[in-house]
Amino acid sequence: MNLAPVLPILIPLVAGALSLAFWRSIRMQRVIAVAATGLLLAASIWLMRLTVEHGFLVMEMGSWPAPFSIVFVSDVLGAIMIVLTGIIGLAIAIYSLASTPEGHEKFGYYPLMHLLLAGVAGAFLTGDIFNLFVWFEVMLLASFALLTLGGERAQMEGAIKYVTLNLFSSAIFLSAVGLLYGMVGTLNMADIAQKVNSVEDPGMVTVVSLMFMVSFGIKAAAFPLFFWLPASYHTPQVAVSALFAGLLTKVGVYALYRVFTLIFTQDVGYTHTILLWAAALTMLTGVLGAAAQFEFRRILSFHIISQIGYMILGLALFTPLALIGGVFYIMHHIIVKTNLFLVSGITYRLLGSYELKDLGGVYRQRPYLALLFLIPALSLAGIPPLSGFFAKFIVVKASLEATEYLVAGIALLVGLLTLYSMTKIWAEVFWKKLPDHVTDVRRLNGEVRDKQGWAYYVPVAGLAICTLIIGLYGQPIYMLAETAADQLMNPRLYIEAVLGGQSQ
Amino acid sequence: MATLMAYVIGLLFTASIYMMLRRSIVKLVIGLIILSNAANLLIFVVAGLTRGAPPLIPEGADQIAGAVADPLPQALILTAIVIAFSVLAFAVVLIRRAYEVVGTDDLDKMKDTDT
Repeated sequence: MNLAPVLPILIPLVAGALSLAFWRSIRMQRVIAVAATGLLLAASIWLMRLTVEHGFLVMEMGSWPAPFSIVFVSDVLGAIMIVLTGIIGLAIAIYSLASTPEGHEKFGYYPLMHLLLAGVAGAFLTGDIFNLFVWFEVMLLASFALLTLGGERAQMEGAIKYVTLNLFSSAIFLSAVGLLYGMVGTLNMADIAQKVNSVEDPGMVTVVSLMFMVSFGIKAAAFPLFFWLPASYHTPQVAVSALFAGLLTKVGVYALYRVFTLIFTQDVGYTHTILLWAAALTMLTGVLGAAAQFEFRRILSFHIISQIGYMILGLALFTPLALIGGVFYIMHHIIVKTNLFLVSGITYRLLGSYELKDLGGVYRQRPYLALLFLIPALSLAGIPPLSGFFAKFIVVKASLEATEYLVAGIALLVGLLTLYSMTKIWAEVFWKKLPDHVTDVRRLNGEVRDKQGWAYYVPVAGLAICTLIIGLYGQPIYMLAETAADQLMNPRLYIEAVLGGQSQ
Repeated sequence: MATLMAYVIGLLFTASIYMMLRRSIVKLVIGLIILSNAANLLIFVVAGLTRGAPPLIPEGADQIAGAVADPLPQALILTAIVIAFSVLAFAVVLIRRAYEVVGTDDLDKMKDTDT
């Protein structure tokens, strides 16, 4: 029996339990955090190698044959997401060593972080639709607790919106799973995919598919369901913000990719047209929202929304090239967005604020930090030769080939407006003179040094290098995205891999 | 029976959304509770109501004879109830803390983090 597809779930689960066992020893929890996320990254790379070699890895729980057992399936898209989870997990674990306030560490920050990673990894690997719901809830519960850790007023207000809308989305998801089960009588995604075409009333399938779209749309923060995101993502401490920004909404996007390529492809003309316009409006509203903001993390939060639009656009066009673009975009986005949040945390540490009006003069004192900001910022805006350029290029090319000129135009315009936002942050935080009312500059000048200051810069530099690698050595990454898109376009491969010879 | 249940489920969903749209955070949580119950009942009904036929294999036989109730939706509901219980327990603590910190139970006064 091959354990590779479940190791990325088991490692954080065990690490979470171990951290709980060492509740009193923060030092031990820190060691476990870095070791376990490092191990997770190693396991994910191993899983990726095996998946690329074999195409699909399937593990049946309890060795019951599918579709009777819960299966864990690793296809190339899932493996890519797991590797990204490993990278982000490790970066956040190292960053947390320096950035997490002691009070948070004492109240279970590290166990919650592991639990969140386990939920995310489970959602990426499961091949059972109800099991997907369970992993979503694992992830959500950990994220609720992480979001409210600290208990400040803004966190409470943000959390109420976040909790309500996410629970609402879960209820829709659960109802949709129930209705789908009523129609096809199975929960295994591969089995659903092959039975859903023979349902008596195809109209009902479309209705259920829209319920999934709304539910995952809320989780992915797509237009017009994104309002919980900018209300909550800037409230917790910065490592949590960065972890959420990198991984959580992308689980929603991944679920959309999985469900709307594997199961609901009967009425592409209807469902994917809705996705197309949702994508276009998501891009546009996100970037316009960001233009109106003057708080570092809120600008970045709105940019998450606009970037989600590009990913959904890749799915909505539903051509091989568009899916390649979408997968490439997810890879690029997760790394870049987490990195930008981490940089915002460093400037907060230096000057004690996220408000642009209270920041300034960082370039003069910390030119290397400015460079580390510039790499992900320009990548986000899509400046060559960084990763964002290729991601945007593929998506825009795909929409031109699909003769969706208006959407392609919107995508290009949004790229330009993203550059505007990034320039705004650059000018306000790094370039302009330090405002006179900011008097506490001891950290900025380097008079006060943090004990573990290196832990701030190592993940930021590491993620910046990842961005450069994706940009400069794009070919292997592109090939990987191509394999993933190829598997998504041919759901038959997935069905055969899971159900073996018994598929119809 | 199924028709009656359909109306009950519809009523539960309506009631939950009405409660969630009220301004008080306590009513918001009550809305969430009703919502999860509505979803569970939906799963139960939509998978088919079979009366008086538990999915038990008779002694001596090695498979079920005739049509029996599907046990899977009940397992799903059980899982969903457990999850909903933990999530709602969190929500109840959250609204209590939010009330302490913010000093109001009116959602219209909790708009600091909105744009």
